[in-house]
Amino acid sequence: MKANCWTGRNSVEVQDVPDPSILNNRDAIVKITSTAICGSDLHLLDGYVPTMEKGDIMGHEFMGEVVEVGPGISDGKLRVGDRVVVPFPIACGACASCRAELYSCCENTNPNAGISEKFFGHPTAGIYGYSHLTGGFAGGQAEYARVVLADANALKIESDLTDEQVLFLSDILPTGYMGADMCDIQEGDVVAVWGAGPVGQFAMDSARVLGAEKVIAIDKEPYRLDMAAAQGYTTINFEDTDVRSALLELTGGRGPDKCIDAVGMEATHGASHVHLYDRAKQAVRSETDRPHALRQAILSCRSGGVVSVIGVYGGVIDKFPAGAWMNRSLTLRTGQCHVHKYMKPLLGLIERGKLDPTRIITHRLPLTEAPTGYDLFKNKKDHCEKVVLKP
Amino acid sequence: MKTATRSTSHLRQDPLVRGLGWASALLGVPQVLAPAGFARALGVGDAFRHRSATTAVGVRELAAATGLLARPHPAWLWGRVGGDLMDLTMLTRALKNHNGRGLGRTAAATAAVTAITATDVYAAVTRTRRSTPMELTATATVAQPPDDVYALWSDLQRLPDFMAHLDEVRVTGPRTSHWRASAPFGKTVEWDAETTQDIPGRLIAWQSVDGADIDNAGEVRFVHAPGNRGTEIRVTLRYDLPGGALGKAAARYFGEEPHQQLDDDLRRFKQIAETGEVVRSEGAPGGKRARGEFPQHPARPLTEDELKEALA
Repeated sequence: MKANCWTGRNSVEVQDVPDPSILNNRDAIVKITSTAICGSDLHLLDGYVPTMEKGDIMGHEFMGEVVEVGPGISDGKLRVGDRVVVPFPIACGACASCRAELYSCCENTNPNAGISEKFFGHPTAGIYGYSHLTGGFAGGQAEYARVVLADANALKIESDLTDEQVLFLSDILPTGYMGADMCDIQEGDVVAVWGAGPVGQFAMDSARVLGAEKVIAIDKEPYRLDMAAAQGYTTINFEDTDVRSALLELTGGRGPDKCIDAVGMEATHGASHVHLYDRAKQAVRSETDRPHALRQAILSCRSGGVVSVIGVYGGVIDKFPAGAWMNRSLTLRTGQCHVHKYMKPLLGLIERGKLDPTRIITHRLPLTEAPTGYDLFKNKKDHCEKVVLKP
Repeated sequence: MKTATRSTSHLRQDPLVRGLGWASALLGVPQVLAPAGFARALGVGDAFRHRSATTAVGVRELAAATGLLARPHPAWLWGRVGGDLMDLTMLTRALKNHNGRGLGRTAAATAAVTAITATDVYAAVTRTRRSTPMELTATATVAQPPDDVYALWSDLQRLPDFMAHLDEVRVTGPRTSHWRASAPFGKTVEWDAETTQDIPGRLIAWQSVDGADIDNAGEVRFVHAPGNRGTEIRVTLRYDLPGGALGKAAARYFGEEPHQQLDDDLRRFKQIAETGEVVRSEGAPGGKRARGEFPQHPARPLTEDELKEALA
């Protein structure tokens, strides 16, 4: 089959690889009908996530049709022919973390838990196509994929919704939604979202669905800000505006009630010297992440507010504003998305027309053009917001 | 999960180790405080290079003394052996280039250092061997009641499903079993074990019987975890590692860190208890064979040969 493989820093290639097969009893093989390139794939592409190997298949947002099931899956749970969306974290459904709905912290699905534990203190769940730190599972930017513990993971789609309407249930829609959910939004809240990429856009939509009165989008790409403005959100371009002053002005001096960091480890900054400092430290590996967006969110948030972090961080950061966080009673909430918890409720919102995930798709390409898709998305060429690949 | 090796604290009470520590201190103090006098006493004269060499040797003696008395470890004893060889080299050179004055004292010092060297070698060899019995502990919480977790573990023939080193466990009698495991450098070791304690839902303990390739013993406790979280498994393993400290270092170099192995074993047990089997990925298809994880395959489907090997 064809698959999009990581071949080194800043390089992916579509290669011919063997077809996947059942390795565990509760595996299923899915013929992929739609898959997407995620912002966090860019961290892999750029080489900021360690433990990638040449030949690793990329991709953790995918869906398709079940073509084979392992002997451990009972007929009632999943059948050949079922149409499924696959959540990016692999959950077992049985461990203490899964029982507490912390699916991305699953204790049983990372075969390299020992490595993950050294990085993070405790191991995290396996993730498809997301380095060997998260288990070394093959990804879904391919014609076929193996779905692990498929009866506990794959979500069956039984209505006639299109692929594009449901594909993002695999990651970015629940991730954006969890960003807003962790904010515990109250009536009248002003919510600021750093990053108007796909996850940021969904965080904004979700904040509104959950009752935010005003939503503010912060980015530097005019086309992304336009996309947010078209939904009725207020926008700030951090290239030409001081973000904190603008936020104070928009909120009568209070600061946003809730702040969402939908940027993560590769943030850029309007002030070049600050960016240079983090860039230099990151280059010599004494800091793994560039946390401008996180710092700015903490400093801008109103006292007693919530800072919700859904942008991906990988390691250690410098100059974390602990004083602001502690002295002003801020709540910091975060996590890789516990996708399974949100899939069904979000499917309901899509069916009822409350959310339209298709609004962010700007590019549709065949799988064979995946490297072009990465280039468009990474370099923000041709107003690229989200690329969907069709095998 | 947390693991710990048995400490070397028993060396603290060892009279020979303490004696060598104090001897180091007694030699080191005059060497540092009055290097010229000390050098003269050895009959080697007090030229600048002799004085500074004596001071350096004194500093080394004081370091050895501090190490042996405060944080005793066989490494300090081996350090002393190295120091002795250095001293003997210097004294031999002094004997060779001697101008005749005080030759008797230099010869006596050489004889004394030779005797000290013999003592140090004896202490280092014997104390190193004494420190090689290993004790490992590890713990994990499994979201199942103690009775179920006990039942899974007490099915001894299933132990190789999650214990990376075990090739086979065969039950040979009501309280006896035969174990076969792979050891570093492609070796296989076998032993017969006897179940010494078996309290359903609480504890299993075993001990290898005489004639084992590696003497070993272990126990697993199953403790009710607070807040209905299931069962805390607490494992203690004791064994004599062949090759002593050297074998241990070599094993570690080849990726056989024993604490990590035991942690990973328990993780796989937890997977079986909670999900029914050991979860594999395309990158780490070996399942229970932890050693197969390094180096890893790329995360892409396996070729037919690789698949055959992984499923074998």
